[in-house]
Amino acid sequence: MIPQRTPSAEPEAAIWAALAEVPDPEIPAISVVDLGVIHRVELAADRSTLRVELLPTFIGCPAIEMMREAIGVRLAELGIAERVEVTLTFAEPWTSDRITPTGREQLRSSGFAPPPHLRQLGALGELPTLTVVPCPYCGSRQTTLENPFGPTLCRAIYHCAGCRQPFEAFKPI
Amino acid sequence: MTDLDTATGEALAELLLTLADDEFVLGFWDSEWTGIAPMLEEDVATSSIAQDEIGHAKAWYELLAELTDDDADRIAYGREPEGYRHAALMNHPRTDWAFTVARRFLYETADAVRLEALSRSSHPGIAGLAAKMRREETYHLLHWSAWMRRLADGPDSRPRLVTALERLGPDAETIFTPLAGEAALVSAGILPDGLATLRAAWHERMATELRGLGLPVPSGDAPPPTEGRTRRTDEFRWLWGEFTSVARADPGATW
Repeated sequence: MIPQRTPSAEPEAAIWAALAEVPDPEIPAISVVDLGVIHRVELAADRSTLRVELLPTFIGCPAIEMMREAIGVRLAELGIAERVEVTLTFAEPWTSDRITPTGREQLRSSGFAPPPHLRQLGALGELPTLTVVPCPYCGSRQTTLENPFGPTLCRAIYHCAGCRQPFEAFKPI
Repeated sequence: MTDLDTATGEALAELLLTLADDEFVLGFWDSEWTGIAPMLEEDVATSSIAQDEIGHAKAWYELLAELTDDDADRIAYGREPEGYRHAALMNHPRTDWAFTVARRFLYETADAVRLEALSRSSHPGIAGLAAKMRREETYHLLHWSAWMRRLADGPDSRPRLVTALERLGPDAETIFTPLAGEAALVSAGILPDGLATLRAAWHERMATELRGLGLPVPSGDAPPPTEGRTRRTDEFRWLWGEFTSVARADPGATW
């Protein structure tokens, strides 16, 4: 699920390092790389064009344009290619399983419960009420789903009986 | 998919326009609940679902704009009310909560059947989008099915729900109104199943759920009328006035 990287090529390493500095506009604790939205990075052999393809987390996500712009600006700063093109693709669906282990930890430490793994859930239709989502603050598993829809398209609202706090979780999708 | 003959290309454009307009108009009707839904959590949920639908519409309009060398915003906001191709189901205003739930249930079940077929499309752009949409729509289906169960049980809500289903049933059929160039789309594998086949699959699915709740099942004996996607109402003209007001205030403005 993690995008292919070519570790030998030096510019590739610089590109991925730069991408790792671009935060998600809605949850800045996580980078676009750890969020798993980078589908493909392609540097033309003559270095005329650097193309990056993004997989939107949700089709209607208003943050995607900001993400696209921020990536374009950051990569242009590298001066590796004459032109930087950042495009969206639906060639494969972004799923919450694309979030890296590091990304999951970044979500948790900033107060967002990471999404349950889809492979543990079975069919997507069985979501999300049957899943235990541990509280990101106290770790209690005594939590209940309050609303599968939250302040942004990708977030759900839970309540923790352990620390009696509401919290947000990234939706499994 | 680059070498479509003219007839297939035109049919594809028509299909994309129907998909986009359904989601666009329904998204706007449901956004009318923002701030006044029955409870706060529902306000958040309905608004979020409406935002999803507008996002889906945008994606379909962009695919269409690419095909016809047009602009997605122009297509979305630059037509007269008569130029829209949403199903007659989306001509109705928001009305009461039971009416909204009934419409969402009829639409979501139909859309689920349609997206399943489109995810098998020979057109990679359509197949990719449909596959992604199906994941998002799973949440919508769960949400509206839960509301159907809730309202079907209430002594006050049940009659309202039954009335709404009876009123909306015939118009829900128009989601599957045959398209002019449908045969070409089916033979190219762009639309893997014809709309009549999809309508039958939808009926089966919807009827099973409604029977389980002891609710009347729309008969569906009559095929959808040919003007199912061209008939417009004053209620829709009012909504059109609302959702185009900003675009019309300063045509061609850059935002």
